[in-house]
Amino acid sequence: MTQEYPKQYLYRQVVRAKLYIDEHFAETVHLDNAAKAAGFSKFHFVRLFRDIYGKTPHQYLTSVRIGRAIQLLQTDLTVKQVCFAVGFDSITSFTALFKRRIGLTPAAYQQISLERRNEIKTVPLRHIPNCFAEKKGWTKNSNSR
Amino acid sequence: MITKLNHVSIFVLDQTSAYDFYVNKLGFKVHTDAEMGPGKRWLTLTPPEQPGLEISLMSISAGMMFNEESAAAMRDLVTKGTFGFGVFECNDLRATYEELKGKGVEFTKPPTEEFYGFEALFKDDSGNWFSLGQKKT
Repeated sequence: MTQEYPKQYLYRQVVRAKLYIDEHFAETVHLDNAAKAAGFSKFHFVRLFRDIYGKTPHQYLTSVRIGRAIQLLQTDLTVKQVCFAVGFDSITSFTALFKRRIGLTPAAYQQISLERRNEIKTVPLRHIPNCFAEKKGWTKNSNSR
Repeated sequence: MITKLNHVSIFVLDQTSAYDFYVNKLGFKVHTDAEMGPGKRWLTLTPPEQPGLEISLMSISAGMMFNEESAAAMRDLVTKGTFGFGVFECNDLRATYEELKGKGVEFTKPPTEEFYGFEALFKDDSGNWFSLGQKKT
């Protein structure tokens, strides 16, 4: 691996582009600019990115946005707020994409997450294997009292 | 017939610091984070693409699981880097190494080619070490 030093430069550039997406996913991300910044032609950039991450830059951007939406839907933000907070500009396309990836609409996912969050607060032992709970002396749902 | 592993424990010095390391540096997902009383927390994470394996970050503190002496001994062993808890896998080790190193993850061995693929070694914020591998295709 260390003998292939010139390739290391390419890797760093692609990693840099990936980190750029991680940081700026909520904004309008111009992948053409990311390719230019990395010093590659768009075609070369997309191919290298897919070789390394198993997804095209656009597919990766979408997966980061959906991943962040999953986190934010577990907070008190509305679906609309989550949609715009992760970089989508249309609730319809956000909902359709989310449902295709996750199998539930954002609203349904949020409802299930809320119920789970409340259950973890009130009856946490339903979410802890008994062997661990007993070892730790957690025999009652102690945070609910 | 045993079919799969769904929980595994990693003993850490500080759950809050470990949360930051595993979630913000390694990119793991929080599965369950439950307060079980003052200073008691059940915290499990999953690797980004393995939602069925919960990794429990267990604090090493005196209580039901450890007495004072055992907890002190365990903390000492973890700090010294005695324990290796497993092998993580990634699509591309060179890229993952570059990214994690840039985020401040300490590698004790840079990527090297092995007969089965590529491997590097890194430590978590407590001192536990892991292998990070990429299988040969």
